[in-house]
Amino acid sequence: MSVEKQELEKVVIKFAGDSGDGMQLTGMQFTGTSALLGNDIATFPDYPAEIRAPQGTVAGVSGFQVHIGKSQVHTPGDHADVLVSMNAAALKANLNYVPVGKTIILDTDNFKKRDWEKAGFEEDPLSSGVLDKYNVIEAPITSLTKAALSDLGLDNKSVVRSKNMFALGLVYWMFSRPMEHTESFLNKKFGKKAPIIAEANIKAMKAGYNYAETIEALASAFTVLPADLEPGTYKNVMGNQATAWGFLAAAEKAGLELFLGSYPITPASEILHEIASYKHFGAKAFQAEDEIAGVVSTIGAAFAGNLAITTTSGPGLALKSEAIGLAVITELPMVIVNVQRGGPSTGLPTKTEQSDLLQAMYGRNGESPVIVIAASSPANCFDYAFEASKLALEHMTPVILLTDGYLGNGSQPWKIRTMAELPKISPKFVPDSLKDDWLPYMRDEESLARYWGVPGQKEFIHRIGGLEKDELTGNVSYDPMNHEVMVKTRSEKVRRVANYIPDLKVEGVYEGDLLVVGWGGTYGSLLTAVNQCNCEEGKTIGIAHFNYINPLPKNTAEIFSKFKKILVCELNEGQFIHVLRSNLPEFEYTKFNKIQGLPFTVNELHDAFNKILSED
Amino acid sequence: MIETKEIEYKPKDFSSDQEVKWCPGCGDYAILKAVQKAMPLIGKKREDIVFVSGIGCSSRFPYYMDTFGFHGIHGRAPALASGVKLANPDLSVWQITGDGDALAIGGNHFIHAIRRNMGLNILLFNNRIYGLTKGQFSPTTNLGQKTKSSPQGVIDNPFHPGELILGAQGTFFARTVDINPRHLTDIAVDAEKHAGTAVIEILQNCVIFNDKVFSDYTSKENKHDALLYAEHGKPMIFGKESDKGLRLNGLEIEVVTIGENGVTEDDLIVHDAHVVNPTLHFMLVRLEFPMVLGVIRSVEQEPFEERLTKQVAEVEAKSPFKTMDDLLQSGETWEIK
Repeated sequence: MSVEKQELEKVVIKFAGDSGDGMQLTGMQFTGTSALLGNDIATFPDYPAEIRAPQGTVAGVSGFQVHIGKSQVHTPGDHADVLVSMNAAALKANLNYVPVGKTIILDTDNFKKRDWEKAGFEEDPLSSGVLDKYNVIEAPITSLTKAALSDLGLDNKSVVRSKNMFALGLVYWMFSRPMEHTESFLNKKFGKKAPIIAEANIKAMKAGYNYAETIEALASAFTVLPADLEPGTYKNVMGNQATAWGFLAAAEKAGLELFLGSYPITPASEILHEIASYKHFGAKAFQAEDEIAGVVSTIGAAFAGNLAITTTSGPGLALKSEAIGLAVITELPMVIVNVQRGGPSTGLPTKTEQSDLLQAMYGRNGESPVIVIAASSPANCFDYAFEASKLALEHMTPVILLTDGYLGNGSQPWKIRTMAELPKISPKFVPDSLKDDWLPYMRDEESLARYWGVPGQKEFIHRIGGLEKDELTGNVSYDPMNHEVMVKTRSEKVRRVANYIPDLKVEGVYEGDLLVVGWGGTYGSLLTAVNQCNCEEGKTIGIAHFNYINPLPKNTAEIFSKFKKILVCELNEGQFIHVLRSNLPEFEYTKFNKIQGLPFTVNELHDAFNKILSED
Repeated sequence: MIETKEIEYKPKDFSSDQEVKWCPGCGDYAILKAVQKAMPLIGKKREDIVFVSGIGCSSRFPYYMDTFGFHGIHGRAPALASGVKLANPDLSVWQITGDGDALAIGGNHFIHAIRRNMGLNILLFNNRIYGLTKGQFSPTTNLGQKTKSSPQGVIDNPFHPGELILGAQGTFFARTVDINPRHLTDIAVDAEKHAGTAVIEILQNCVIFNDKVFSDYTSKENKHDALLYAEHGKPMIFGKESDKGLRLNGLEIEVVTIGENGVTEDDLIVHDAHVVNPTLHFMLVRLEFPMVLGVIRSVEQEPFEERLTKQVAEVEAKSPFKTMDDLLQSGETWEIK
């Protein structure tokens, strides 16, 4: 190869096309291959709510963004360094995300007058000058694919479907990636059932690769060397998959069967799909008739002694509220996962938002405290699903685990855990010493967790329910003082969880002018922006990112006190800031928010940090 | 499988220490006694029995049974029961519900539980009124009846619970009445023997808000001529003198008198609870006079939990992942040194 390879630190590539063009698959293949080369990775699929929105329109554009790096990568990237645009609509939808001077690869076969008009361009973008400032590679991808596959005797539809592989081959060459990974994937996927389709796809990919090598438009090819990650064995995981595996691991560690009661909802359904595949690990995935039955069957399973989980997204959590109250008063262990999306109501089903923190905290009738925790990367969805299960089982309370569409659908290299290295989980079964005089609401003195006496054991025959309970026997009690005691005990039980969770960590600097505060899925963007400000501009910014929200870590106030200003950054109108103001009113908080169904970009955070630092 | 052998329990072993708080004269007392009598006959250990309920007068029932019990939230007991059963299929799970709980707020859960055919026993107390909220009409209240929330008379069409159950592909439906607790005890035992969801509708008198709603059927003077106790394989005969019967006339059921107009016992319908086609059962549940009681439908079908167990075994045999670590390390992995 005569082309000189240029080494890049990081690069962001976006594949965009019609929602039927196979862009998700193309992006995942590029991701998988890059992961095997040892790059650090973050991905973000961006797809329409409609399964097949009108072809050729901006509404129907499906994209997959992947950020690969030699150094650590914390976000899928703000901007695309390379945009692969399979039609005019994909260009229209993504042009704003490509900085001047970067590369755009276009399938010119889909830039006819009808195409660019449908996409909403007023003039032909190929000749109007809008692309003048970019490095544009015009390739008739569709017709080249047709030509390459002409001798296979395939129907036109199947031929055209292979064009995404042509584009992938082209990008593989640009970034010096081998094709073996995708080749074996295609053989595995189609090899037995439709070997001709596997052959067509592989042929199209190779044609794209060779085409890229041949044409002069690609002045240089790039390479991104392996990243400097912690030693270990890695695999690429998506957040929702990691969540499911965290629960499977927790059930095994606790010695319990796993029960998932769930109703399909975007963007949480993948957790249900994943758990449904592992029945032989004692995992039971029950697809209920609605959200309410999902959570209530979960409560039934918790009563009967399973590790009980329900999964949903915002509107589903609203439907589950009454039942979560039942789990609070019956003090049963269960986890409610909310893969958040834009709200209110049906809102933005496929877009991300930190929409439901306040709903998770307060969205129930009566005094109804639960533990609330949040994952902060696709890979650590595993750890927080495991942790949510451990807290539920050891503290006998419902736990709400918040992730979001960005984490759930995003992917990242995950350092594989072994079962041996995971912490122990000790469900709050009745200790032998209490067996003879056990009462349903007897508690562990330190944690205030009640003990779990499950059906099948004679000593523990008892009745519970949604009416207020006597503080010891659990019988129905309308006694005024008992009610007050019970409300306070349930609340104190959750408060004491603070004694069992890790301290809040600060990164960046430990004291200084500004503390950036975030929670959940924004960690990658916030950390990248803070590091950039500190390293490149010599600022003194700390970042405290919360995974534990109710209760807050015990050292929160101590950390806050070391900084002059606190900026709470959220993808909502300001929810965590309410929680902080009511828990730690002695500090002053400023907020920075974005509510566009999109993650923060590093640039906008950078500007926000500079703005608050410049104010006095 | 259920062992029919009687375990050494007495009905009072199933009576909890909680004071029963239904209104004096409520039909629920007789139902409670009848169910407590059935428990020693079902061949289950006390600790393997769970009663769950929703909200309403009937839903207090679990507190009065000395078994495991869970008083849930309004309408959701089928989901609660399903979770309990799936978590531990060895348990005998009983759901107590009422006409409002099962057919109004919980209608969706009710039909889906029946459709799935999990091993649940559902006792539907039908008093055709809301009792706990003090006298509003329910989905089974008669058309035209005046209640607190229908001062000019109900204009909603009532459900026939049996039709709903058959329509949801129920495999077991029986009907009984609070004035005949012995009959309920027998049917409860049949219900437990049935693999799959068994629903028993119990006509129950609310002495405060809907007193005598069933008196056309249940009063001393009416009960022989207005109630027919169906038994599988036997002709459909009723009446004080056992001289009346049901005969099929085209697609209608008609009441005939044996010995009149040349009618003999051979002309009567022989009850077939086991026939898969539910047409006869639909006709029987819709019949207003006489009211047909007993096991109206009882057909065999593999219950949900057995299908699940089979799938587990299949996945176990096929899956490349035998341990959790196998799964965690599956797929494409790479080493960073």
